[in-house]
Amino acid sequence: MSILQEVELLKRIPLFANIETSKLKLLAFTSERLNFRAGEVVCEQNEMGDSAYIIMQGEADVLVSAGGEPFRVATLKRNDFVGEIAILCDVPRTATVRAKTDLVTLRITKDLFFRLITEFPQMAVEIMRVLAQRLEKTTKDASRAEQRVRELEEAASPDPS
Amino acid sequence: MQKNIFGFVWKYSKREQIYILFLTVLSFPILYYTLELPKIIINEAIGGTEFPQTVLGVPFEQIEFLFVLCGAFLALVLINGGFKYYINVYRGRLGERMLRRLRYELYTRVLRFRLPRFKRMSQGEIIPMITAEVEPLGGFVGDAYALPAFQGGTLLTYLVFIFIQDPVLGAAAIALYPLQAYIIPKLQWHVNQLGKRRVRAVRELSDRIGETVAGTQEIHAHDTSSYHLADAADRLGTIYQIRYEIFNRKFFIKFLNNFINQITPFFFYSIGGYLVIKGELSFGALVAVLAAYKDLSGPWRELLNFYQRTEDARIKYEQVVEQFQPADIQPEAQLMDEATFAGPLPQEVSFANVTYVEEGSIPAVEGLSMTLPLNRHVAILDAGGGGRDELLMMVARLLVPTSGRVRLGEHDMAELPEAVTGRAFAYVGQGPYMFSDSLRANLYYGLKHRPVAEVAYSADEEAARRRRIMEAEIAGNTVDDINADWVDHRSAGAASAEELSAQALEILSVVEMAEDVYRLGLNGSIDPAANTAAAENVLRAREAIRERLNGDGMDEALVELFDADRYNTSASVAENLLFGTPVGKTFAPDAMADHPYVLSVLAEVGLSEEFLRIGTEVAEMMIEIFADLPPGHEFFEQFSFISSEDLPDYQPLVARVRKEGTAALRPEDRSRLMSLPFKLVVSRHRLDLIVDTIQERILQARRAFAANLPEDLRGSVEFFDVTRYNTAATIQDNILFGKVRYGQAGSQDKVQALIAEIVDALNLRTTVMETGLDMSVGVAGSRLTSAQQQKLGLARAMLKEPEVLILNEATARMDAAAQQRIGDAIRTRFQGRGLIWGVHRAGMARDFDEVIVVRDGKLTERGSFSGLRDRTGSALSAMLEGE
Repeated sequence: MSILQEVELLKRIPLFANIETSKLKLLAFTSERLNFRAGEVVCEQNEMGDSAYIIMQGEADVLVSAGGEPFRVATLKRNDFVGEIAILCDVPRTATVRAKTDLVTLRITKDLFFRLITEFPQMAVEIMRVLAQRLEKTTKDASRAEQRVRELEEAASPDPS
Repeated sequence: MQKNIFGFVWKYSKREQIYILFLTVLSFPILYYTLELPKIIINEAIGGTEFPQTVLGVPFEQIEFLFVLCGAFLALVLINGGFKYYINVYRGRLGERMLRRLRYELYTRVLRFRLPRFKRMSQGEIIPMITAEVEPLGGFVGDAYALPAFQGGTLLTYLVFIFIQDPVLGAAAIALYPLQAYIIPKLQWHVNQLGKRRVRAVRELSDRIGETVAGTQEIHAHDTSSYHLADAADRLGTIYQIRYEIFNRKFFIKFLNNFINQITPFFFYSIGGYLVIKGELSFGALVAVLAAYKDLSGPWRELLNFYQRTEDARIKYEQVVEQFQPADIQPEAQLMDEATFAGPLPQEVSFANVTYVEEGSIPAVEGLSMTLPLNRHVAILDAGGGGRDELLMMVARLLVPTSGRVRLGEHDMAELPEAVTGRAFAYVGQGPYMFSDSLRANLYYGLKHRPVAEVAYSADEEAARRRRIMEAEIAGNTVDDINADWVDHRSAGAASAEELSAQALEILSVVEMAEDVYRLGLNGSIDPAANTAAAENVLRAREAIRERLNGDGMDEALVELFDADRYNTSASVAENLLFGTPVGKTFAPDAMADHPYVLSVLAEVGLSEEFLRIGTEVAEMMIEIFADLPPGHEFFEQFSFISSEDLPDYQPLVARVRKEGTAALRPEDRSRLMSLPFKLVVSRHRLDLIVDTIQERILQARRAFAANLPEDLRGSVEFFDVTRYNTAATIQDNILFGKVRYGQAGSQDKVQALIAEIVDALNLRTTVMETGLDMSVGVAGSRLTSAQQQKLGLARAMLKEPEVLILNEATARMDAAAQQRIGDAIRTRFQGRGLIWGVHRAGMARDFDEVIVVRDGKLTERGSFSGLRDRTGSALSAMLEGE
């Protein structure tokens, strides 16, 4: 895949939809294309990260472990953007990303990422939108989980009557 | 050291000075005859009438006589010139020897300074004193006695002549000399004072420049360039003012001198004229006196100049020397004395009422009395207020107490020669210094006390060496040979140099630096001529890697191997074309597009126009991508093929190619565009420009390049050959014989693991590490991290196998786990020997035989770790709680 093809792919990602071609070329040219085999880990939960990834081909699982066995919280596919939280707020990776199939990614370093969002506000807005959607989903999940916990508690506790 | 330069010159060059004086006196008659002969030629040969004239019993006619005399004159001129040449060379040599002696003496004194002196005297002051400031003294030394004697003698001769003509005129000629002799020194004194101030000001300036260089990180981190510029400007201004005033005064002295010299003829004309008119003096005599007086001014001016130069030299000498004679300088014998300890080292160091205080500060150690065992492990903790560093340094005799005594057994430590303290003891502070040399040289540094084996010189070299020794002796320098073998492997307990090397590697693993050295070694290179077995082993490793990479499994995608018949998509176009490693700059990647041979090869396979086209496309792409970035943005450095300064130049170039085609390009523009494709790496840059057909032709070019390479360029490239060790490439590249593929996650780590596996299987690790030991540590160890420097410092001290190891926070820059592991390893290694460790955390003292806590320079408590910990209210328990 050449840079020009990569640029074509990037254009289809909503995040980059409104960005000039020359900037996308810059993004593609200064980013490393990184292949992962099925099963290889893209990033590890709790480790510090210095880059984010755009998935160009293949699928990846997002796994979270809270003390015990890791469980899958999402599956990423083509055009998805992952790993931006760790570089945005300098926190350790919040989840492990593991290639589900053979995976082709574009690795965007922290420097480049910050440069792009400071120069192209539309990109920052787009990222905000994506993050907000995730937050909304997380909140929904959380309230549903809470609901479920309450139900279970009620079921388990003896009838007061 | 002599306080005065004349004393210094006289003490070390009496004989030579007298010899020069003697030669000078000897030259007078010859000088006299070169003046006398012309008179004879005119009066007796040209103007004479009595012929034949007899010279040495041979009669000569007029013409012959003239030529004989002229010949004699020529001979005298030659002899006179030869004499001068000889004296000048002799004087110059004497001056250089004396300068060498002076510099050596000053350098010796730097070594003899006690540590605290360097807190008051900086590098920036010391260096110019030994180098630039004393330089003019060399020239002065040769003149010190001879010049005044010569010029004074000449002056005296002329004066005698004038006095013989007429005493009154003679008196007139020298009438103003007393005045000059009185006023000039007075004026000169001010100039001298200014000279001293100038020397000081320049020294301070160089000190500041040194600070700027050392503190450049702070300057940029705090945006203080303006502040430093202002400071520099201020200092330069001061120096300017001093110099300007010096000039003013110097030229005023000159003016006064000239004036006085000119005023004397006034006396001649008036008094002499009066005497001639009165008939008391012949006209001829007056003319002769005037002529003589004209000649008189030469030597007189020389003498006055010499006086000024003397004053200059005197000040310089005094100013330098006074800095190098502190009262507390170490006796020379203490450094040079070979005496080692008779019998075993005493088992304790005792402090008797020891106080250590530095000028103008509070005492660091006060009234300390205690004994330290030298066969146990003692941890020293600082509970606040300091004193521990000084205490440890006194045990190592790096500091001597201001009052009280530190004794090693019965011996006053202050008196012991360094041959004892510097060998039986090893001290490592927080920031051990790394010399700008190889890792090995830094490791072995502690074993280089005296030369242990002379170099086996050839007959010629031996003769040269003997001349050097002779010169060194004349200038009072040491005659130890720096090229000799200084590494005393026996003092490290090793039977041979090889064993020492093995020991060094072992100690490096104790301080956990083996892996670092291994990695350095992979990036180093070996000389296959000197180390055939190692080179063959590397080739075996290469084979093993190829087998692994050609096999099935995950490995094959990691590396793209070099293959003479295949284009390597992980390597640049330049590498693919060269198919070898450039040696020197001829075929360096940047230079290839300019090399006529490369261009001819490209033309041969029909690639010239293609490269131009590809170059244009690359340039266009770079302009499109990078034109918007601010100049100097880091992306240029990291990614662009064209630097930010050059980018604007390419824009019109590309425009012209697009409009008029490549034919319109000037040769230098062609070369600019042609240079771009050489940097392309197919799989990394993904530009789809080096397509299959081009790759095919680059392979043709590769073959043509090697086949027709002219003889004189053979040395500029080392071709890839799977059966040969590539001397221009690193060990790692030799083992790999290919390129790590781009874009495979974690491939670098996997390749490293694979190499390590094969290196171990083939027992190559020692070879690689030996190579690593020969790598340079950079200026002051700049290529090593500060933790690595600490590790190397520890290894250096341990390799010396000292009887007592003194550490002062010597692991503080490592991570906590490494500190613990390395601390344990050191304690195990020094079981039964003395270990005195100034630790920075109380917890670290746990495994020591004894713990000493100091506070405010006094001993507060001492005992076993558990004893102190469990005692309520102890300083140790308080410190442990704080951790």
